[in-house]
Amino acid sequence: MSRAGCSAVSAVPCKAVPDSLSQPSTLSTLLLTVENLQVSYGSIRALHGISLSVPQGSIVTLIGANGAGKSTTLRALSGLVKASAGTVTYDGKDITRLAPNKIVAEGLCHVPEGRMVFANLTVRENLKMGAYLQRDRKWIADQTDYVFGLFPRLKERENQSAGTLSGGEQQMLAIGRALLSRPKFLMLDEPSLGIAPLLVKTIFERIVEINREQGLTVLLVEQNANLALDVSTYGYVLESGKILIEGPSKDLKANPEVQAAYLGC
Amino acid sequence: MDQFLQQLLNGLFQGSIYALIALGYTMVYGVLRFINFAHGDVFMLGAFTALGLHKLMGPTLASLPWPVSLLIVLLVSMTLCAALGIIIERLAYRPLRDRPRLNVLITAIGVSLFIEYSAQLLFGATQRPFPDLIPRTAIANAGGLTISVAQVIVLVTTLALLAGLRIVVMKTKMGLAMRALSLNPTASTLMGVNNSVVISFTFGLGSALAAAGGILYASLYPSIEPFMGIQPGLKAFVAAVLGGIGNIPGAALGGLIIGVTETLVKGYGQELGIPSGYSEGVAFVLLILILVFKPSGILGRVEREKV
Repeated sequence: MSRAGCSAVSAVPCKAVPDSLSQPSTLSTLLLTVENLQVSYGSIRALHGISLSVPQGSIVTLIGANGAGKSTTLRALSGLVKASAGTVTYDGKDITRLAPNKIVAEGLCHVPEGRMVFANLTVRENLKMGAYLQRDRKWIADQTDYVFGLFPRLKERENQSAGTLSGGEQQMLAIGRALLSRPKFLMLDEPSLGIAPLLVKTIFERIVEINREQGLTVLLVEQNANLALDVSTYGYVLESGKILIEGPSKDLKANPEVQAAYLGC
Repeated sequence: MDQFLQQLLNGLFQGSIYALIALGYTMVYGVLRFINFAHGDVFMLGAFTALGLHKLMGPTLASLPWPVSLLIVLLVSMTLCAALGIIIERLAYRPLRDRPRLNVLITAIGVSLFIEYSAQLLFGATQRPFPDLIPRTAIANAGGLTISVAQVIVLVTTLALLAGLRIVVMKTKMGLAMRALSLNPTASTLMGVNNSVVISFTFGLGSALAAAGGILYASLYPSIEPFMGIQPGLKAFVAAVLGGIGNIPGAALGGLIIGVTETLVKGYGQELGIPSGYSEGVAFVLLILILVFKPSGILGRVEREKV
């Protein structure tokens, strides 16, 4: 494991992903394709038909202001909210109408906003819940060790109840728990929210590491657009339930409009 | 002193039955956040199933040693009532899963009345004698105390069921899923848990315990009728709140406290100037006190989320 080579928050973006994957195209395999996704909460429409695609093995980010529909997009993808129109194709399969527990079984895993760790369960029990659908004991043991390797802090607090962890540690646990559900596609909702800057750095480094070492495809939702564009290869900017701009992350970073609105330059 | 010990013991026997019923309230509250008021009626049906079973296969049961026939009766009625609990949830509560909790609560009261009056229609309103599944002999030489075999069996069975429940909840995957679901249903479904299956399982488990409670209760007070579940059901509900609703050890503790307090008031009421009829109200006085001074219950925790 070489963690030193690639710092997620360095000024130079990682070159871990080959250039051919740096933007969705028909040439690289698309793991997830979303077409014209619409979601309404009662009479309020939260998503006005968004389309996006995520190539296999990439990190793609979804940025935008509060209430732009980022979380709603992830919730629709994992089945927590029902889409009123549009299709979600994952690994060649239409998963638009599947129940959340069936979607997890397909390998699409959602780390929700606010982490949602099981506060009264221990760290180890939380990880066990992550592996709820897994049958292979050997794999579970190995993957648990892998997670403890990524986040040694969790190992130290193995038998502590999750509610006693700090925000950053809970985020590590939420990610670790998701890794135990054997994901092929990981969706992270605001992993930096309310977390000490030092831990944010660690967590983002680990996300990049997981992406490379486990070949995991990542869809990252972030308010911290700078950070998100640094680790990702392609990005979508969401505003009021629509996709405003999309493009390779480095182009988005250079885009004056994006800079003014989201990067605080 | 002997009299005090005697009362304490009687309270313990009584309380252990409240504990069994209270567990069902608290587990269902844990996963669905509502009080299943029909739970006391499952308790009643447990006793009636045992009676029916006894009528149906009386000679067979009589030919077996009593512990074996007791075990058979317990297991069969627990299974039947578990199925019934699952059906109640499926038909009455699941269609209201995403509705306000008040709707479900009112439905539960409706289900309770429905079961009580259907039972009255089926079994009649009169009191029926309950067969002696456990010999009603007193244990001699109990150090000046009066203890019957039935009382000891009630306590032993309750403890065994509590231990079994603890294993299910703490050591099995289904138990882990139950705990996870009660903490955060959204997160549990994101882990791949089919919440409906876990909820059905919880209803089944709670109803089986209530059925066992009904049979044990009827063994101590061998006369049953369709409304016998109301009072113990309410007291067990109070026990669940007293211990901290949603908390399993709390429900058991609450049941014991209510049973003991009630029996002590009944025993010493005369000396304290409380007419014995008022002992039925003790549980509710405790309810008011706990709601005033510690609404989260003895072992309950205030729910709080870290953001």
